Amino acid sequence: MEIGRETVLHLARLARIDLTSDEVSTYAAQLSEILGHFDVLQRVDTEDVEPTAHTLALEDVMVEDRARPSLPRDQVLALAPLTEDGYLRVRAVLE
Amino acid sequence: MTNDLPFLTIAEAAERLLRRDLSSRELTQALLDRIAAVDPRVRAYLAVTAQRALEQADAADTHIAARNATPLTGIPVAIKDVLVTRGTPTTCGSRMLEGFISPYDATVVARLQEAGAVVLGKTNMDEFAMGSSTENSAYFPTRNPWDLERVPGGSSGGSAAAVAAGEAIYALGSDTGGSIRQPAALCGVVGMKPTYGRVSRYGLVAFASSLDQVGPFTRTVRDAALVLNAICGHDPLDSTSAPIDVPDFTADLEKGVRGMRIGVPREYLPDTLDQGVRERMTEALKTLEAHGAEIDTDVSLPSTEAALAVYYIIAPSEASANLARYDGVKYGYSYRDGKTMWEDMEKTRGRGFGAEVKRRIIIGTYALSAGYYDAYYLKALKVRTVIRREFDAAFERYDALVAPVTPTPAFKIGEKTADPYAMYLNDVFTLPVNIGGLPGISVPAGFVDGLPVGLQVIGKPFDEATVFRVAHAYEQAHDWYTKRPPL
Repeated sequence: MEIGRETVLHLARLARIDLTSDEVSTYAAQLSEILGHFDVLQRVDTEDVEPTAHTLALEDVMVEDRARPSLPRDQVLALAPLTEDGYLRVRAVLE
Repeated sequence: MTNDLPFLTIAEAAERLLRRDLSSRELTQALLDRIAAVDPRVRAYLAVTAQRALEQADAADTHIAARNATPLTGIPVAIKDVLVTRGTPTTCGSRMLEGFISPYDATVVARLQEAGAVVLGKTNMDEFAMGSSTENSAYFPTRNPWDLERVPGGSSGGSAAAVAAGEAIYALGSDTGGSIRQPAALCGVVGMKPTYGRVSRYGLVAFASSLDQVGPFTRTVRDAALVLNAICGHDPLDSTSAPIDVPDFTADLEKGVRGMRIGVPREYLPDTLDQGVRERMTEALKTLEAHGAEIDTDVSLPSTEAALAVYYIIAPSEASANLARYDGVKYGYSYRDGKTMWEDMEKTRGRGFGAEVKRRIIIGTYALSAGYYDAYYLKALKVRTVIRREFDAAFERYDALVAPVTPTPAFKIGEKTADPYAMYLNDVFTLPVNIGGLPGISVPAGFVDGLPVGLQVIGKPFDEATVFRVAHAYEQAHDWYTKRPPL
């Protein structure tokens, strides 16, 4: 499986990561090699096998709908790079 | 005798604290002195919280005097920097979280605090727990106490090195594909990964949520059982923590292996295995047999060869989703000089994450993207089912499985950093256990050319007791756990 620079740039855009030109080249070569090792999966017969997302036999865990204190707002906002009037401030999403 | 204090086991220290032959303050000070003496060379810690540790030690001494102590009261512990700790830094070994101070404690940290633990500080790790050598830390690599030119393993390399070097009586780490067991093996200490769901993941910074599990590094198997007694159990704050009773894990330790059926899967002893590691395995099997276990080497888990691929699809896929939270808006590093919101976010992530983290996010994004989801991610989940079924079938015949922890002893710093796939191969014997959600332990199995290696014991889901029992029987047949690195 050959992964080109365009594919890496597309994936970086999907993941919202800015990569340098050198990183794009390095990842293209490394991804090609790593994905090549994944071919081994095709040797395992998975006809009629259900996927396992996690290994616990738990589903639909319910919790009581009960009000409880959350973290203090000022402590949480103190971690944010930009705040205004008790809110997180973000730049315009639509321009 | 002061020089011996940093190398006490939990059980020894607790006994002396209860006898009032030793105070937690003396013990804690001895550890802080040891850290000051050797950590400039080992570099196990990202942050040492000395003042806070001494305050906790004084509080513990008060509890002990009032006969209000648990087996962990007053005992100094190191915490991997992937677990959030209220009021002190949590970086995950990343520039992305440089300066981040958590407003809350992880459940495991809170449980240790309730048990009277003394927290010495936060230990170094591969960035966001992605790596097998601790060289992916954005801050500095940790060194193996047995040979400072070599890696301690990873991702919990700081925790393993701290216990091995006498810089903590025990430590917590996290294990997604071997990140407790592999560094424990390479540093010559005990490392335990409990069954998925045994320990709350609340406050464990997420890497791969279906694989991550918290566990201890200790000097003995008994100590690991004592720590598990304190940290296991259902937590309403983690919906994947199992509502299953937690036994006293020390109860069956001494029962031995007589009559136990132990399987040795042949896929874990490949021709390519390091000759020294193979000899240690041969010895381990003889020892267990001499103690009355029935050893069967005619065992096959044929899909093991696909486990590495399954892991390096599932873990990066989950990581690519989990790490989407680092956007420069809520906390952590934030680039703000871009022309648009998107440019800020992309530069925040491009600069805040290191090379391996970005590589895995890209792999995961690929495996989950339109056109490749069925071929990679869904296929990996199906093979995961096959791998688990093979384990389940084996456990119908065997009480436990044993295997090496790593294909080789510790390698040189810088030896594998240029080849990600060569680095991934370090986890080939540990990651199937995470894929299956099973409990596994690494127990010191002697030395190869002066470097420690580990024996892995793998058990049925929620049967940590049997894993401990086998590991304890093997450990007590040798004196390796008493050896100290030449620092």
